[in-house]
Amino acid sequence: MSALRPDDRLRPRADAGADSGAGAGAGAGRLARLRPRSRRAAATALLALVAVIVAVVALGLGDYPLSPPEVLRALLGGDGFASTIVLQWRLPRVLAALLFGAALGASGAVFQSLTRNPLGSPDVIGFSTGAYTGAILVIVSGAASTIGTAAGALAGGLVTALVVYLLAWRRGVHGLRLIIVGIGVTALLHSVNSWLLLRAQAEVALSASFWGAGSLALVGWSELAPAAVLIAVLAVLVTGLARPLRQLELGDDAARAHGLRAEGSRLALVVVGVALTAVVTASTGPIVFVALAAPQLARRVVRSAGVPLVAAALVGGLLLLVADVVAQHVATSPVPVGLVTLVIGGLYLVSLLVAESRRTR
Amino acid sequence: MTDPATPRLAARGAHLAYDRRTVSRSIDAEVRDGSFTVIVGPNACGKSTLLRAFSRLLAPRAGAVLLDGRDLARVPAKEAARTVGLLPQSSTAPEGITVAELVSRGRYPHQGMFRQWSDADRAAVATALAETDLVELAEVPVDELSGGQRQRVWVAMALAQQTSVLLLDEPTTFLDVAHQYDLLDLLARLHEQGTTVVAVLHDLAQAARYATDLIVMSDGEVVATGAPSDVLTAELVERVFDLPCLVVPDPVTGTPLVVPRRRR
Repeated sequence: MSALRPDDRLRPRADAGADSGAGAGAGAGRLARLRPRSRRAAATALLALVAVIVAVVALGLGDYPLSPPEVLRALLGGDGFASTIVLQWRLPRVLAALLFGAALGASGAVFQSLTRNPLGSPDVIGFSTGAYTGAILVIVSGAASTIGTAAGALAGGLVTALVVYLLAWRRGVHGLRLIIVGIGVTALLHSVNSWLLLRAQAEVALSASFWGAGSLALVGWSELAPAAVLIAVLAVLVTGLARPLRQLELGDDAARAHGLRAEGSRLALVVVGVALTAVVTASTGPIVFVALAAPQLARRVVRSAGVPLVAAALVGGLLLLVADVVAQHVATSPVPVGLVTLVIGGLYLVSLLVAESRRTR
Repeated sequence: MTDPATPRLAARGAHLAYDRRTVSRSIDAEVRDGSFTVIVGPNACGKSTLLRAFSRLLAPRAGAVLLDGRDLARVPAKEAARTVGLLPQSSTAPEGITVAELVSRGRYPHQGMFRQWSDADRAAVATALAETDLVELAEVPVDELSGGQRQRVWVAMALAQQTSVLLLDEPTTFLDVAHQYDLLDLLARLHEQGTTVVAVLHDLAQAARYATDLIVMSDGEVVATGAPSDVLTAELVERVFDLPCLVVPDPVTGTPLVVPRRRR
């Protein structure tokens, strides 16, 4: 009894179609797939390069337009006025878009990987809505400093995450239950938010609504610095948890057989993922869609195994930067970036749902 | 290892249960060092539950599960995972992952926070791929493989873990008959190379052919243990499986072969 027939190794057997549905491409596609790891590294590097280029272009846009070479010279501290514009006015906002977008993208990648579902994103599960609730409560109570609002948003996001996690808990937390509980809690919080705004005085409601639209317009160096420090800490934690995340993708049994404490790792990932979204939301107001779309777009660009963390962060940064450029320069008067991502996100969500329903039918 | 008389794995009066459902009230079972132990029994008799207890996926409510004489619950998870490997009944492959990447995830228990990919990891993955004849498929996405190939990839992932004990939960399910024997031959080869193999199997003929030790279970209890030729009698099969039968020597191997009697 030969252990293996030679044809088994060279091409998928006839029974391949029965359970994989693919199979035919294995031989022909081999060349295109040579060394997937280095191809992925190249695609990720390319994403980073595109982000840098878009950032340089974005730094040149505005009432005082600058060409890319002028931007580079200004960045290096060249002539006075252009440098002031680029370094003081435009750079914090561009960096904020890249950094916050990256945090949202990474957060989305963590949750989509944990839930094994492209809908499993922090904005769908309700953390952004909960953060908004927290912010409204602070603004309505009259303690509406920037820090107070941010703290309220942070607390709101974390409490929502805790509630969703506990409601979804049944001998461990599993993907689809987390998403469905999250969608339910989101709907609930939306009505709470509307009720709070309706009860509030007009100008208070206006200020809360403005915050709720999600904008980068008010981000300067002093707002960016603390958020950047927090995101850097979270980035280190996510990097440390990347390997456990890759293990959890194999299913709990395999992960635990490999010596992973599955439930503990999952909780740590949930906490870090929520914190990434919460820090951004606290700084800018809720910005939807980036966490939802970036990981899936990254997966398609990089063609990775599972949801790629680094590429998702890069695509997230790129997406938010582009959305912010649109928000500032395409409309006749500037609109909040959250509105732009909301519109694009709505279209994306519809196409995702259509694709999912086709696939599962 | 330790004293050769110490079983690699042992359940001692172990109470095994999920939530409120008790599977085994107090089970005793042993896996000899260097054995190819096969656990058989009717559906829902607690075979897989015993295997889950051996693999740390299920902690006993009372009693203990011992690994080389040590209480398994007190062995650090990664350390245990360097000694006992498991092929679970079902695992998920991340979309788009290649064979080599998936197999390399079996190296997790050998890696630390700061000890990244090493030569030892590379060598272990290469050996695992060679053992399972997957070298040619190393860079192919797992999604494109057949069921038989895919099962080999999961086995390779467990092999990359480089454990001296390998547990397999119904590894032949979903495979056609030729691939079932391919897999069993692979396990036999690993066993000859010194790995202690423990598998839950349904097919008694396969169990009798490949096992050195048989654990027969019924209703959450071990009803018989020993070499297949001693254990597998017509009387036992009728009692445990409720199947009137003859047991004849397998014409190829001489091991016991269960032939059901006509029931109509």
